[in-house]
Amino acid sequence: MQLLRFFTAGNVDDGKSTLIGRLLYDSNSISTDIIETLTRQSKTTGTNTEIDLALLTDGLRAEREQGITIDVAYKYFSTDKRKFIIADTPGHIQYTRNMFTGASNANLAIILVDARNGITDQTKRHSIISAILGIPHVLVCINKMDLVNYTEDKYKQIESDYLTFAKQLNLKDISFIPASALAGDNVVTKSAKMTWYKGKPLLEFLETIEITEAKQTDVSRFQVQYVIRPQTDELHDYRGFAGRVVSGSYKKGQRVTVLPSGIESTIDKLEVNQEEVEFAETNTPIVLHLKDDVDISRGNSIVPTEYLPRTEREFTATICWMDNASYIPGQKILLQQNSFRTKAIVKEVISKVDIHSFKALDSDGTMNLNDICKVLIKTAEPISFDSYLDNRNSGSFILINENTNNTIAAGTID
Amino acid sequence: MKSKDYLDELEAEAIYILREVAGQFDRPALLFSGGKDSICLVHLALKAFRPGKFPFPLVHVDTGHNFEEAITYRDNLAKKIDEKLIVRYVADTIKAKKLQDGKGKFPSRNGLQTYTLLDVIEEFEFDACIGGARRDEEKARAKERIFSVRDEFGQWDPKMQRPELWNIYNGKINKGENVRVFPISNWTELDVWNYIKRENIELPSIYFTHERECILTESGQLMNTNEFVTIEDKDVIVNRNVRYRTVGDMTCTAAIESEAYTVDDIISELKEAKISERGATRMDDRVSEAAMEDRKKGGYF
Repeated sequence: MQLLRFFTAGNVDDGKSTLIGRLLYDSNSISTDIIETLTRQSKTTGTNTEIDLALLTDGLRAEREQGITIDVAYKYFSTDKRKFIIADTPGHIQYTRNMFTGASNANLAIILVDARNGITDQTKRHSIISAILGIPHVLVCINKMDLVNYTEDKYKQIESDYLTFAKQLNLKDISFIPASALAGDNVVTKSAKMTWYKGKPLLEFLETIEITEAKQTDVSRFQVQYVIRPQTDELHDYRGFAGRVVSGSYKKGQRVTVLPSGIESTIDKLEVNQEEVEFAETNTPIVLHLKDDVDISRGNSIVPTEYLPRTEREFTATICWMDNASYIPGQKILLQQNSFRTKAIVKEVISKVDIHSFKALDSDGTMNLNDICKVLIKTAEPISFDSYLDNRNSGSFILINENTNNTIAAGTID
Repeated sequence: MKSKDYLDELEAEAIYILREVAGQFDRPALLFSGGKDSICLVHLALKAFRPGKFPFPLVHVDTGHNFEEAITYRDNLAKKIDEKLIVRYVADTIKAKKLQDGKGKFPSRNGLQTYTLLDVIEEFEFDACIGGARRDEEKARAKERIFSVRDEFGQWDPKMQRPELWNIYNGKINKGENVRVFPISNWTELDVWNYIKRENIELPSIYFTHERECILTESGQLMNTNEFVTIEDKDVIVNRNVRYRTVGDMTCTAAIESEAYTVDDIISELKEAKISERGATRMDDRVSEAAMEDRKKGGYF
């Protein structure tokens, strides 16, 4: 059985939480005691339906009181065909950072559009973020079709508006579904009111879409997380480099280079759960041994000698500023890329991305919460990386405030 | 590229997180309860760190109300894998801090164990505590990060959570703070059981059906009769074939009627189950809709 991670994005009132609630409810993924609690809650705080499905994901008390979603909520369900992990991300403007968070691991985006309003600024913002994060599949769910009398014209108009707007974004795969989360049309079962729609209802779409991993080169990447050294009598010389095959694959006898030092060696042994293997593919947790005694520590990369990543101390990237406190020019920060950490500074804010037109605007040098900017970063130690669009794992990083320890930005390397 | 099974993905993610803890922290600990989730964590840690030793001890906060089977299992496991086990007792905290013990018919030490937990964190200066909580258990947990930063009072502030992106975990903290780490956040109850089956993991016997004397409460829950529970004349005492879906305290964990004698039986039972894990078994979460959120803000797991 396969795993599909997707996220949902939409305006505050597009009915996102209701849609997820509907998916869970109609696919029998909700237990009776939770339905009882919901029925009780719906009577006191709920909006209009018998059971307010949105209450399923609006988990925290503040959200229930204000009727909004304030943080990424993760929900899980499975059918006979797939297991799903949903990141439900809030729509309002001040929570762009949460959308970035929820979207970073997803392979599919569901962007909700209210059929009455069509494409809005927020629709554009969510689509642009999906493009920046290289989400392989985008599904535009045109919701609240019940409020436009289920008319095909309305749907066609929104579809064509969206495609016009999305041209500039380079999204790989865009699909459309007309639905009503509230009434249950085209969510789990095909709508009888929109016979003009020949496609699949949402759940079937999610169950059957062929998942393309976020565009990955097959180039092999591995980063050391932890060095295993038992130092016992019988394992006196054991020195294994524990980590995950980030992309591509590794095999015994392969010629590799350790970065940033540049020292070459050969893979002596690959272990998975203490068993020797000849070959380890993407995402496998391995322990890697080298023929030579090389000085290697956490955060170092071990990569095929014939396909080296770039290793530099300066690079340009697109970052989303996520901290309440604005960027202070010259501010010393930490940069973390998987397990690698180094001191760094943002040398220059090159331009600001207009989140509604995707245009690069002149920068005045400032970065505030939710701003997306193109920047030049300089690191204290050299960093080995690939372009994010080639490799989501070795091309992504976060910035940490050394003082507060908060994650203040997330970035994708050009 | 051929697609992997979802259990491989969940396992790889959990091992990756455990190794991040080892790489990022000086004094981590694995909170071990004897329940299936923390048993899975130990199994994952073996895969992450062998042939080396765990870079952390197992820590158990013993409420004194635990099932004997869970305690025996705990001690045997620690011996078998030859890893350090630290046990601290809620009863000692009650004495030392002159706390009020749980009262009533089913006296709960659920709130009290937070004190012992915070004390043991302080005693050993743990900077990271690994736990087996899952996001599918409860709505507040659904919103918690995998690396969840707590202040020096152990408190969780849901509005101040750090954004968590890709596979990058920011465990940087100031002295006195600690991070709660949840490697199996993305697993569901059914995933855990499918994994137990696939990996052939041994569990305490109370997870499987056995005959037990119980009080049938007015709300229809089956509560084990034991020395901590007040049995009254009006109580309906029944003998039933039951098992435990979660292993918590004897005073606040209800048994469920079941005919599940094997892991396979349990998996089919769960697929049919219409009641959630916590709803079926935990008396403490019924108190209010925000019960878990409040306890977490106060330092609870």
